[in-house]
Amino acid sequence: MLEGLSNSLQKALGKLRSKGKLSEDDVAQAMREVRLALLAADVNVKVVKDFVDKVRERAVGQEVQRSLTPGQQVVKVVYEELTQLMGGQQARVRMAAVSPTVVMLVGLQGAGKTTAAAKLALSFRSHEHRPLLVAADIYRPAAIDQLQVLGRQIDVPVFSMGADVDPVKIVEAGKQEAIRQGADVMIVDTAGRLHVDTELMDELARILQLVPADELLLVVDAMTGQDAVHVAEAFHEKLSLTGVVLTKLDGDTRGGAALTVRAVTGCPIKYVGLGEKIEPLEAFHPDRMASRILGMGDVLSLIERAQQTLDMDKAQEMEGRLRKAEFTLDDFREQLQQVRKLGPLDQIVKMLPGVNKLKGLDNLQMDESKLQRIDAIISSMTKQERSDPGLMNASRRRRVALGSGVTVRDVNQVLNQFEQARQMMKQFSGVGKRMGNKRAALQSLKSMPGFSGLSNPAELMVGKENPLLPGPGDAVGPRRHHKKKRR
Amino acid sequence: MGIFDKFKRGLEKSRDAVFGKLTGLFQGRKLDDSVFDELEEILIAADVGVDTAVWLVGRVKQAAWRERLVDTVRLPNLLQMAMEEALAGVDSRMRTAETGPSLYLIVGVNGVGKTTTIGKLARRYRDQGKRVILAAADTFRAAAIDQLVIWGERAGCDVVRHGPGADPAAVVYDAIMAARSRSMDVILCDTAGRLHNKGNLMAELAKIQKVASRELPGAPHEVLLVLDGTTGQNALNQAKAFQEVVSVSGIALTKLDGTAKGGVILPIVREYGIPVKWVGLGEDIEDLEIFDPAAFSAAVCQP
Repeated sequence: MLEGLSNSLQKALGKLRSKGKLSEDDVAQAMREVRLALLAADVNVKVVKDFVDKVRERAVGQEVQRSLTPGQQVVKVVYEELTQLMGGQQARVRMAAVSPTVVMLVGLQGAGKTTAAAKLALSFRSHEHRPLLVAADIYRPAAIDQLQVLGRQIDVPVFSMGADVDPVKIVEAGKQEAIRQGADVMIVDTAGRLHVDTELMDELARILQLVPADELLLVVDAMTGQDAVHVAEAFHEKLSLTGVVLTKLDGDTRGGAALTVRAVTGCPIKYVGLGEKIEPLEAFHPDRMASRILGMGDVLSLIERAQQTLDMDKAQEMEGRLRKAEFTLDDFREQLQQVRKLGPLDQIVKMLPGVNKLKGLDNLQMDESKLQRIDAIISSMTKQERSDPGLMNASRRRRVALGSGVTVRDVNQVLNQFEQARQMMKQFSGVGKRMGNKRAALQSLKSMPGFSGLSNPAELMVGKENPLLPGPGDAVGPRRHHKKKRR
Repeated sequence: MGIFDKFKRGLEKSRDAVFGKLTGLFQGRKLDDSVFDELEEILIAADVGVDTAVWLVGRVKQAAWRERLVDTVRLPNLLQMAMEEALAGVDSRMRTAETGPSLYLIVGVNGVGKTTTIGKLARRYRDQGKRVILAAADTFRAAAIDQLVIWGERAGCDVVRHGPGADPAAVVYDAIMAARSRSMDVILCDTAGRLHNKGNLMAELAKIQKVASRELPGAPHEVLLVLDGTTGQNALNQAKAFQEVVSVSGIALTKLDGTAKGGVILPIVREYGIPVKWVGLGEDIEDLEIFDPAAFSAAVCQP
């Protein structure tokens, strides 16, 4: 996500990086390009102006000019200002003192409110809450059905009263129902409406009068253009929002709306949605997003995801076996399955630092079916073969190929990959004897083919793989960067 | 109500919010570079995009030089002319089959208003006395089929559908068979919203198109890309990606009744040459109009 903005910003700043001294012209030139990059990403005209002014002011200031690597300091300034622009710190959801906590989703048509409602319910449930979905969109055909279907999919109760009841009544009754069921969070899906539609905006105000929301979240399509300002302002003025949910970030949008909405309303972005598949909404981390935009990757999110989805016990058990060099095909398959649980491969890969600088990755379709095929091939082996791949002679390979519907070449390939993985394991198994949970998650990741570049996360964030940002307190570190890759 | 008035009414909010600034800009100012800089900014704020904004301002500047203007009175007309030039060559007629049913495939990313646009199109063709059948090929999103069925009832036409999760190409196949045997004039195919960077989903779209053209020669007669009028520069990526996979033949621009004014169609028409055929100006089944470049430019530029 946000690759476009990321690429053009990196290009604009790349020229500065190598400079030992910055003239005013250098800065002015770079700022012009930053401005265009942000405008092309749909960041609001006025927001861009303020942002560029702020960066320029700091860039010609003492802090930058006196450092030994002014070019990199400018990048750091941009990173800090971007983080600031997106809200600085992660904003958490406000829970009511007396349950149920009322969360209401509002926004334009087609922003993704209903999908976001279901995903939000799933997030709450994964944090041990008992959510109730309330279907208050009586206008769009089949909107209530949609929420009910989604509710069934994720096994969260949905409260609805059909499409002929005043939404105000539905929400009121929904709250009673939440109390009756003992649900501690109630998520209200409202109808999409234009911010200039006074009648429908009044309806929201009436609902909020009777059932005040603890969280009133504006759902914004990340692909929204300059109009995001008017929408956000109008909703905020009329209803006082408490936060923003940014949806469809899995597209190739440059996501300027994210920067704009936060800047004009001052409401933090609390969640981001990726795709129509119902998975929990992800919390929004301004600093991580800024680092993604500047091409520095987002290893922290990746590790967190790994911690949530990977099975730590299994990982540790496997590590133990590794050390005794007992890595078998069963373990190999186990690892593949765990990585698949992390999510679509192309999303994972994009969280790695430096990856978006690789040419042509945009078009690369990470092939999930290949993983499936490996799975099938290993499944076609006998127990004995799996624990001792050395047994695999030509005739056994032929049998496995027939059994899994592939060619012998594919079987050979898998066996080779396995052998490589095993070699890699041996190298790694010396490292990290006392791994904490984070290290363990990382460990199981990096043992995967293709993830072997991962080493210490701290090193990745600031180290040699990451030429853009000077490390903490590393203003005087040109030597660490002299090998950076250039395109 | 004439088409011009309808445009003007639909675009009222946008003119107030964005182009309203034009009027202020043009009033009683001397013509100098600061006026052009501001004009450029206003255009960018209308999602026209940096390149096309620069191009439009360049055209206006040239014309102003030629006419040796010293004040801003005539600027709206010049801008209008420049916009019309950018949109020139737009043919908003829909292609039809010489014999048998015409099949129109409706595509777009999630939440742009594909199903709603189909409902409005269906009503429009019905009102012209055509026999219309709808194909519910969005088998993915929860309750999308139900939504289309409701629109079908409102517009008074049949809907061919399978269960959720069925193969969309199969739905289109069945719709073609049904249209033949019931001698229908128009087949409108709804498809699931898909982000243009999802390769597998785009491949599914290509398959639908392949099946359609195999079963019905010449089909799809139009591939309409539905764009949300509030979308920013990403609409260019959408147009390009869909164009590559299913050769989009026209655009339907929706949600123009808000404050966004769909300035993004200017770069799309100018750079990719895909004509805009329809505009959605509201939520009622009647709120769909044929796109008219002159009316659009005039509604935007004239006070």
